Formats: sequence, structure tokens, C-alpha cells
Amino acid sequence: MFNLNKEAKLAYTMLIPTISIVFLIILFPIFGNFWLSFKEVKLGDLRAPQPIIKEKLKTKDIEPGDDILIEYRFKNSSQKKPIFNIKITDKISEFISPVEITEGCSVNNNLLSCYFEEWKPKYNEKIIFKFKANDNFEIDNFNPKESKPRGVADADNILTNLKFSLKNFQKILQKNETIENIKVTFLYSFFATIGALLLGISAALLLEKNFLGKGFFRGLFLFPFVSPVIAVAFTWVYILDPFKGFLNNYLLNNEFISEPIFFLGLKKVDFLGFEFPFTLFIVILFESWRYFPLAFLFILARLQAIPKDLYEASDIDGATKIQQFFYITLPQLLGVISLLFILRFIWNFNKFEDIFLLTGGNAGTRTLTVQVYDEAFALSNMGTASSVAVLIFILLAVFVFIHQKIAPKDIEE
Amino acid sequence: MTNNIYQFFFIYLYSIITLFLLAVIGDFVSISIFLSKNIFIYKNIFLYCFIYAICFFAIRIIITNQVSNIFIFIISLALSYFFLLNKEINAYQLLIILSVLIAFNLLLQKYFTAKNFSNFLFEVSFLKFLKTNSLIFFSFIIIFPFYLMFVSSLKSQMILLQNPTDLSIPFFYSISDFFSSYIAVITQYNFLNFALNSTIVSFVTVFVSLFFSIPGAYAVARLRFAGRSKISSSILIIYMVPAIVLVIPLYVIFSQLGFRNSLFSLMIVYPATTIPVALYMLQGYFKGIPYELEESALIDGCSRIGVILRITLPLSVPAILSVSLYVFMIAWNEFLFAFMFLDNQEYFTIPRGLYTQLDDQEVPRQYLMAGSVMITVPVLLLFFIFERYLVGGLTAGSVKG
Repeated sequence: MFNLNKEAKLAYTMLIPTISIVFLIILFPIFGNFWLSFKEVKLGDLRAPQPIIKEKLKTKDIEPGDDILIEYRFKNSSQKKPIFNIKITDKISEFISPVEITEGCSVNNNLLSCYFEEWKPKYNEKIIFKFKANDNFEIDNFNPKESKPRGVADADNILTNLKFSLKNFQKILQKNETIENIKVTFLYSFFATIGALLLGISAALLLEKNFLGKGFFRGLFLFPFVSPVIAVAFTWVYILDPFKGFLNNYLLNNEFISEPIFFLGLKKVDFLGFEFPFTLFIVILFESWRYFPLAFLFILARLQAIPKDLYEASDIDGATKIQQFFYITLPQLLGVISLLFILRFIWNFNKFEDIFLLTGGNAGTRTLTVQVYDEAFALSNMGTASSVAVLIFILLAVFVFIHQKIAPKDIEE
Repeated sequence: MTNNIYQFFFIYLYSIITLFLLAVIGDFVSISIFLSKNIFIYKNIFLYCFIYAICFFAIRIIITNQVSNIFIFIISLALSYFFLLNKEINAYQLLIILSVLIAFNLLLQKYFTAKNFSNFLFEVSFLKFLKTNSLIFFSFIIIFPFYLMFVSSLKSQMILLQNPTDLSIPFFYSISDFFSSYIAVITQYNFLNFALNSTIVSFVTVFVSLFFSIPGAYAVARLRFAGRSKISSSILIIYMVPAIVLVIPLYVIFSQLGFRNSLFSLMIVYPATTIPVALYMLQGYFKGIPYELEESALIDGCSRIGVILRITLPLSVPAILSVSLYVFMIAWNEFLFAFMFLDNQEYFTIPRGLYTQLDDQEVPRQYLMAGSVMITVPVLLLFFIFERYLVGGLTAGSVKG
């Protein structure tokens, strides 16, 4: 009926802006991340080496006809890398004309221009240029600094050159920390997901039936999820603070404990003979608290879609409520639970802010995402940071693949 | 007969456990509402029992809409008030209390045996017990941190250090003392500037995101073209890409281009990360609009663009509203990119400003809490006003979190 070709054309025009912004900000950076991971880039390398030029007037009390000495200071900003093809331009005053000028420089129409082939690393030299004051020289209008000298140069940019190495991967894989972090990331993602799901299922079961205050509770239950992570994380840090915090003081006042517990600073606790990662456990609790609302919403929506006849039929057969839960409700929820599990697992795997704000990755809670931050900004090594990010990305790709295999139909619902 | 005895003991045990098990919650509630000093669990256990009973029956009234609960609710309320007036209890009073407790338990029993469920009594009563207590539990774990955040923000430094377990709202302060932390955060820490930045970035993000995702979503939902199924399935994969993988290369690229330390950088990145979600949510809604409406308009000679502007958009106002709110919330709450990109105080958004300015051991905690309240309140207000749309959006979009 309609012209298919025209329709497809329209569709593409409508999609191109979206696709291009997603490509630019999401797909291209992913590629960039892989690119960086094969390069030994430090935080300092982000600023490309460039020439620095400063000028200084050496002569005082100038009369027309006098010689004027102007000192130029040329410097290579980099301590390690040479720069090439340096071009310098500077506007000089119309009241002076050149007398003696270094090789490589020339003056044309009051414009000083210089060209140098190469400045070595740490290159730093003072060169004196000799000018002569013209007859129309006016001391009041003479200011050699009125125009800033400009310099451009080519430098070998580590970001764009084609040298690659595997050193970043070697470095991070040789660190014992990395293996430990992978373990922590898995523990954290898995148990935080389980915790959020359990809380979500319970909360959904509570609000399954209609009652007067249901809307209120539903809204309330979503609070932790919709609030800014920074606010809730700070509040929990404050509650759990060993000295100023509410919880420790409450327990101390009631003599449940004799000295404060460092909730967010206890890596291991001896628990029945094995080492229990205490702070990780607290962080997992926080995570379950913060993300159960999502599971709750999904499961509630699914619960209300279960046909009521199933329950009526089982009532007639004499099933108890608990039997109904295990034989009717749970099997009906299994689809949405498995979908939620994989989604939540992936998102927990990606989470950075929550752990960073709670513990900063200390006390045995350093996940891979926090390691990326630490490598990049604490150790100033963009290369290794990217290679950790690549590691995350590869692990994630595996999960997403599993997700696509498990639940393509559920998504369409 | 045996069933009745069994019932009686179960209910008796059950009401005792109910009252004692979560007495701690009564403790918190009582401190926060009535008193401004420490209360020790052991000494005031009865008080907590009744306060707990208040919570218990308040919730049962809400759940069941039964008038009989209101009666018990009022009794518990009156009793807890009585305890508050008499903080020291003598043996005579204790006797009264115990007899009242027993009467209270009998009332409970009457309530639970009123319905006829002889077979599954144990299970049903157990589930009721569990349900009411769980509602209290959930409400408590959610409200408590927010309440503490709010109360701490009102306190003075001295009171906060002296007695961190004091949860009372300091009504006795004068207005300027009451909001002193808020005033300090606004005047000393440049908070209004952060708020302005956050607002600008969030609104721009919403507009850009909608501007890009509405046509995209329409194309995916309605138009036939090669690669349509691929696009709709890759949308979901794209929003599983972790922000941490993007942040390092974007940091490098933006540094090179020279617009890293600016609001502009956030205004590019936020829409890009929200567009896939927005597109997914909108295309789901567009698919639900009856195609006949659009088809008839097309036959009458309306162009596609005309159809979108005159039929699809007016019909999908609720979806657009929920997408906007959701995107606004993401942009308002976002921390990672703001944290990485912004160095200059002038451009800080609220989360970034809170982190650098107030998260310092030197800065009094009440300022941090006041800042946290100020970033949370707009979101929760929006959430409450538009809850219906947001909940719809959250479920429809299988949200990123």
C-alpha cells in the first residue's frame, strides 16, 4: 500500500541522529578503550608536548635610535619527548626594527617568525634578539609584551601513534590484587543480586493483594532506588561510622558491644573457624537494600498477571497457602526472576559509585570497577586502567551472551 | 476442643513473640517521636511493646480495613501515652500493666479466631504474623536512613556529637537555628551554584534525549526497514555497557578536545547514555497505540511527520512524561561522569559538589546530611507527584540501575 522504499528511507533519517550519537559516545569509546589498553599511556601523557615561549625586555631608558635587547626564552614543555617543526610567531612593535636576529628567524611586516626543526626533551634556551628603536619611537606606547608569542609544533602523540604492546595486560595480570578483585567482584555481584531478589520477592508478596495503603507502600518501597546514590551512601556511612555513627552508639549505650565495630573497615572476621569478609557483607547488604525495589516492581507486575483460577482450583483441592506459593506462584515467577537475576548481576558487576562512596574500595571490597578508577587516577596509569576495563568488558560480553541465550522472549513481554 | 487449646497457645505465644521480637523498632520509633534522650531496651520493654503494637495494628487497619483493629489501636495508643507520663513504674502499676497485656492478648485471640479457618489456622495466622511484621520491617529499613538523614541535618554540632542516638526533631530551636545547616551549606559551600548546574544539565539531558529518541522509537515501532529487528535487540545490549568502560576513553578524548572540564561534556554524555533506555521505553508504548488511527490519517493524505505530531505524540503524553522523569532522575543523580570530568568548582553538579566540598572529616556531619537532604528532596517530590507515571515507566523500560 505504501511505498516501502520511502518508508525505509524515512526510518533511516529518523534513526541516524540517534545511532550516530550512540556510536560516538558509546561504541567509539569502547573501541577507544581497547586501543588505550594496548598503549602505555600515563595520565601526564594526555597533555601533548608543546613549545613554551616567553619574552623579556632587557634594555631600559630607550631613546629613539638606541639598541633594544629582547630576550626570548624557548622551552620544550616535555621532559621526555622531543618536538618537531616548531613554528613561532610574534607580533613586534612598529616602533622598532630588527638588527640582529638568530638563525631561523625572520621579520616581515612587524611579524617575527621562527622555524626550528627539533627541540630535544628538556630543551630550554635564552636567546637575545637585537632591535633598534625607530625615529618615531614613543616610550609610552612601547610594550613588547602586548602580543603573546605563539608556538606550534609536531610531537609524537602516544595516543594516536601505532605502537602497541601487551605490557598493560602483563602488568595487571601479574598483580595478585587483580585475581583477588575478580573474586570480590563475583562474590559481590552474586550475593547482592540474590539479596535484592529475596527482598524484592518478599516485598512483592506483601503488596500482592489490594488494600487501602497499597499505593503508599509501593511508593515508599521505591525510595532507596530513586534517591541519589550519593545521599543514601553518605547516610549509611554516617549511620555505620564507628565513633559518630548512630548504630555503634546505640549498640554501645545498650551494652550489646563493648567497643565500636568498624562496619566499613573490617576486612576479615573469624567466624566459626573461617574468615568472613565482613565489610563486603555490609556492602552487599547496602546493595540489596538499594536495588530490591527494582526486583519488587517487576515481580509485583508479574504476580498480578498470574491467573486467579489457578489459586481457586488449588483452594478446592485443599492446598495450603505455603503449598500454593511453592507450586503455583514460584513457578509462574521463575521467568521474571531469572531475567532479573541476569540483569541485576550484570548491573552489579558494572557498579562503581556505591562501593566507591561507601568504602573507597578498602577493606576487601575492591571490585574491578574500583580498580579501574585506582589505576587511572591513583596510579595515574590510563593504560592499565583501560586494560582492567577491557577485562570487565570481556567478562560482561560473556554474561550478555548468556542473557541473550536465556531470555530473548521475556524481554519482548 | 483440642484444636481450640492448640489455637489458644499458639496465639498466646505468637502475640508475645510479636510484641517482643521487634521491640527494638518500638524503641527507635519511641525515641524519634516523643523523647530526646537515650532509652535502654531492658528498662522500658513494656513501652516498646505497646509502641510496637501501635505500629502492628496501624498496619493491620490499613491492610484489612477492619474496625475491630481500630479499637486495639486506640487502646495501645492510650497505654503508651500512659507509660510516657509515668516513667517510673511501681509494682502496683506493673500488675495493671500485666493484666492489660493479658486482656490485650485475649483481644488478639478473639481477632484471630473470628474468621473460620479451622484447617489451616496455624499456617494462616503464621502468615498474617509474618506479613504484618514484614511490612513493619520493610517500612522501617527504608524510612529509618531517610529519617536519620533529615533529623541529623537539623541538629547543632554539639548535640550531634554529645548524643548521636538522639532521634528527636529539635522543635525547641528557633527557625534560624532549625535550618542553620541548610543556610550554612547554601552560603558557605556554594550549593545554589551546584543546584543550578544540576538543573541545567538535567533539563538539557531530558530535552536532548527526547529529541533523539522520539523519532528513533517511532521508526523502530512503526516503520518497516531492513535491520529493524537488529536495532531493537541491540538497544538493550547497549545499555548494559558499563559506564566505567566508557569513562576512561571519554576522559582522554574530552581532554584532548579541551571540553572535559565543562557542563557541555555532561550534556553530551548523559543523553547518549539515556537515549537507548528512552528509545526502548517509547517504542514499547508506540507499539501499543492502535495502528488504525495512524493508518486512516495516512490514507486521508497526512504525511508521516504529520501523523507523528498530530496523532502519536498527543496519545503518548503519559509515556513521554514518564521517560522525561526517568531521564531527569538519572541525570540528577549521576555521579561517576560528573566526578571524573569536572575539576572546576564553578561547574560542579550537586553530587560532585557534595563529594568534594562536604565529604571531609573536617566538615560537620550535619552539613553533609543537609546537602544530602537537598539533593534527595527534589527527586522524591517529583517521584511522589508523578508516581503513577514513573512506576509505569520503570516497569516498562526494565530500567538501568
